[in-house]
Amino acid sequence: MATVAQIFETMEYGPAPESDNVVREWLTRHGGGFGHFVGGKWTRPGSRAESFDVINPATGKLLARMAQGTSRDVDAAVAAARAAHGPWSALAGHARARHLYALARAVQKHARFLSVLESMDNGKSIRETRDIDIPLVARHFYHHAGWAQLLESEFPGYGSVGVVGQIIPWNFPLLMLAWKVAPALAAGNTVVMKPAEFTPLTALAFAEIAQEAGLPPGVFNIVNGDGTTGAALVDHADVDKIAFTGSTEVGRIIRKATAGSGKKLSLELGGKSPFIVFEDADLDSVVEGVVDAIWFNQGQVCCAGSRLLAQEGIAERLTTKLRARMEKLRVGSPLDKAVDMGAIVAPVQLERIRGLVEQGVAEGSTMWQPSWACPTEGSFYPPTLFTNVSPAATIAQVEIFGPVLVSMTFRTPSEAVQLANNTPYGLASSVWTENINLALDIAPKIKAGVVWINSTNLFDAAAGFGGYRESGFGREGGREGMYEYMQSSVTKPRSSVVGRQSSAHTDASDARSDGRGAPPNNQNTIATDGEHHPSGATDIEIARDGADDQRLTIGELSMPAIDRTPKLFIGGKQARPDSGYSRRVRSADGRVVGEVGEGNRKDIRNAVEAAHAASAWSHATGHNRAQILYYVAENLAARREEFARRIDEMTGRGLEPARAEVEASISRLFTYAAWADKYDGAVHSVPIRGVALAMNEPIGVIGIAAPEEFPLLGLVSLIAPALSTGNTVIVIPSEAYPLAAIDFYGVLETSDVPAGVINIVTGPKDALAKVLAEHDDVDAVWYAGNATGAKAVELASASNMKRTWVETEGRDWLSAREGEGREYLREATQVKNIWIPYGE
Amino acid sequence: MEATRKVSIVPDGPAVAHAAGRNPGTPLELDLVRSVRVNRSAAERRAATLTTRRTVKKEWQAAWLLRAITCIDLTTLASDDTPGNVIRLCSKARHPVRGELLEALGVSHLGITTGAVCVYHALVPTAVQALAGSTIPVAAVSTGFPAGLSPLESRIAEVHASVGAGATEIDIVVTRAHVLTGNWQALYDEVRAFRDACGAAHMKTILGTGDLATLTNVGRASMVAMMAGSDFIKTSTGKESVNATLPVGLVMTRMIREYHEQTGHEVGFKPAGGIRTSKQALEWMALMKEELGERWMRADLFRIGASTLLTDIERQLEHAVTGRYSAGHRHPMV
Repeated sequence: MATVAQIFETMEYGPAPESDNVVREWLTRHGGGFGHFVGGKWTRPGSRAESFDVINPATGKLLARMAQGTSRDVDAAVAAARAAHGPWSALAGHARARHLYALARAVQKHARFLSVLESMDNGKSIRETRDIDIPLVARHFYHHAGWAQLLESEFPGYGSVGVVGQIIPWNFPLLMLAWKVAPALAAGNTVVMKPAEFTPLTALAFAEIAQEAGLPPGVFNIVNGDGTTGAALVDHADVDKIAFTGSTEVGRIIRKATAGSGKKLSLELGGKSPFIVFEDADLDSVVEGVVDAIWFNQGQVCCAGSRLLAQEGIAERLTTKLRARMEKLRVGSPLDKAVDMGAIVAPVQLERIRGLVEQGVAEGSTMWQPSWACPTEGSFYPPTLFTNVSPAATIAQVEIFGPVLVSMTFRTPSEAVQLANNTPYGLASSVWTENINLALDIAPKIKAGVVWINSTNLFDAAAGFGGYRESGFGREGGREGMYEYMQSSVTKPRSSVVGRQSSAHTDASDARSDGRGAPPNNQNTIATDGEHHPSGATDIEIARDGADDQRLTIGELSMPAIDRTPKLFIGGKQARPDSGYSRRVRSADGRVVGEVGEGNRKDIRNAVEAAHAASAWSHATGHNRAQILYYVAENLAARREEFARRIDEMTGRGLEPARAEVEASISRLFTYAAWADKYDGAVHSVPIRGVALAMNEPIGVIGIAAPEEFPLLGLVSLIAPALSTGNTVIVIPSEAYPLAAIDFYGVLETSDVPAGVINIVTGPKDALAKVLAEHDDVDAVWYAGNATGAKAVELASASNMKRTWVETEGRDWLSAREGEGREYLREATQVKNIWIPYGE
Repeated sequence: MEATRKVSIVPDGPAVAHAAGRNPGTPLELDLVRSVRVNRSAAERRAATLTTRRTVKKEWQAAWLLRAITCIDLTTLASDDTPGNVIRLCSKARHPVRGELLEALGVSHLGITTGAVCVYHALVPTAVQALAGSTIPVAAVSTGFPAGLSPLESRIAEVHASVGAGATEIDIVVTRAHVLTGNWQALYDEVRAFRDACGAAHMKTILGTGDLATLTNVGRASMVAMMAGSDFIKTSTGKESVNATLPVGLVMTRMIREYHEQTGHEVGFKPAGGIRTSKQALEWMALMKEELGERWMRADLFRIGASTLLTDIERQLEHAVTGRYSAGHRHPMV
């Protein structure tokens, strides 16, 4: 033991341990084992064979044994949550606000206990749990007590989703619980939670605390277990929504598992977030930013700034400073109040980190670690810096989820953006410059849900957090996060969808609706290329271009019609379908009334490329976009009678209803022209000297499969909000009645719509929608159609985790309440939160 | 804060550490000064978390507090100072901790005294006499302290007078207007002139950071003061409305590090004003250790300007020995 006199000379740090007595007593009180928490009661811990161990990663020692949840346990928990949902959701917002307020207070009262427990369970430092995790947990419940209070007034027309299954990761166990439970309960849902098997203890402690705080039984339930338990929860028929935070890999599995189920889904997945440093940045502050970005929680942070992008001129200086700083980092017992980094969560994660670092070295990058050594007992890994990393290196691409920073250089701001976006992920990013012009120019260009200017890893309940691209979808926190746990009363309840896999959408020409969704009717269709089968819209034929029956009988005209060759509309040009086939369109009474091109996957490919080439549309001012939408409406109005006749001719619905459809379409275009400069973002009230700008950004390229009924209005109702908010679209018109869309491109051509902003591909709807859903460069797919097609779209969307919006129940498109409004705008955008601390 | 290029501000280029002796200063490098940028929010965040990332307990805390004592410029700068209270101060500087506590801590042999005694010019002779036979230097605040707005000749003359009276350390103040107007040349010339007047006496340059409005100004003024040959840079007079704060200290220590990296010269740091508790002293020491290293935790490169701080440290040391909380009146007053 060093004497005072010796320390006086060395000025070393000594041990500063936080006591773990209270936690040990708590564990002992539970006999070292935990069951599940269901309906306000604890189940028995179960036998050793049916349980798993929870280990303190800093010591390798056993903390507790945990029952492994079976599908029976999940059933029981879901049943308890279902039983509680009615009364809980029926409570006044104010009553739920009181409950959430009580939870916030209870968390604060037990703050140190929870901090110590979290540190022991996860291995993260007591400083972080004490100063960051647990205060944010309390903050989240306070903030959402507020949303519960304001629910009726701020979200009219919305209600709870129902029973929510929540699966949370091990890196911020209690914080992730709070992020999910607080909004869920505020909105009136009940919860079945599956904590991570490495770190279940604080969730159990929370259950106890919540029970003491008077949360009614069944409102919050916990089932412990590993991935199989999680899968049982995801697959459970009576769960209405799944909220998951974890790896993109598992997120993909969940996306596929829930496809076609009608379950609402939010996913917060992986990241490889860029940390961009411009040459005018305050480099010493940048260094501390890097510490907070990648050595926070040992780098086991989904939004960790793991890719350092430094402007070439200062890169060397920056890495020199970084190495000096890394020498001063302290790794050690997580319960020591003076360490910077604690333990890696588990040996398996430590091995993964080691393996990736070895791979980085093997691939030729330069690895640097500080001179000091990590503790040898427990799972520890030192801060690690890679230089000479190329974008192609494995360590530059995959999420390491450890204290490993890879650095690269850039020359210009635009190259910085290119490098930053050169990833399938899009969770967060950090931009360092003293030039506000540069900072605010770069922030919107980065594909990420969060941008921190001259800061990093700032979180608050008032600001939404969540990803772009394969980092998932949905937001947690803020108003934008609340929508994830509510559903519009317009949306049909899930129970009406489930079990109706083959049910048809409402068809205006109901005489033929029986065949919808049935297997392809080969009697009337010819598969063109073996890849797709027209989905059984019975009155469509496919005829080889130039084959017989060229003459169309249109209406009662005695003269032969002048042949019209409807084409696809791609990149502002009328394009012949790649297939070289056309399909006939028949009227309600069976006459052939026209032909449309038979689009195929290559046409979709071309359309997607055209839509990307038109991305300048997203930068057009709202005023400009409004002008063009108004102009489209004006030109449509000029041809209203022609459109009405066409609709009537195809649908046989009668001329008056058809006229009403055209009028409604004109009005709808006006609605979204009106919205174009009014769908404002927000400035969130976050607890820093600064602002968090919540910007509504267009999602990008949206593929749209338009509803069958209302061939014009259905199409307009979906493309107009997408365009209004700056997206470009590829639309597949009604398969049965595609001619209105074909006529519509004539309107577009006369309305100054920039080439590629709207692309129209006619053909077999479900097959084409699937191509869109599979396309990795399409950012979202909206599908209105049958359950089979909807499921196929959701399944295929997992390829790049694109956003999907599917509906299998027909809306009342003529109604403004169901057919237009904020819900559409929300689907057309994603919220980017830009944190801008200020002060000179 | 960033030097965008390695500026050669000493003839033989960036030297390695251990330039023996004092900081000779360098020519004024305006590019380097103007390239200093401090992001206030980020600096404040670092300062706020630095104190939550580090702590010392038990023996370590006692040792650190003893070291803190050796770095204190035990100060009285009141308009009612008399030889009587200055003599008492000097006596406390010689014997800052009760003997039996030092005994119990096993550090009697270390000969712990404060780093210096700091007074107005008029009390310099009293202090010099009271400290005769010890190695404790006498520091004089000078150059029209605290505002520094008297004529330049008289400010220079004041330095000469204090050095003549036996002060071996001179705490000068700068004309804050030079900083606020960005007149770096004037600031440089002024500090240079004082440094010349100091001769062999060590010069601590008080920036009056509470008057400087921005952290970037603090950083730039620090850089100019070091280029002009300051031995120490010091935060405050104790008379501004805002005293030494950790964000300001963070910026100044980073500038010292930068200057050291660029020139090889070691410049000391002195926070002053408002540092009254042991906890604060430990925070400042953690700042020194983290930003500059152990080399900057000794009295030749680190001072704390304080008076009542010492009593609080004594109370903590007694607690370290006895395990009981102590009372101020149990320790000889300053």
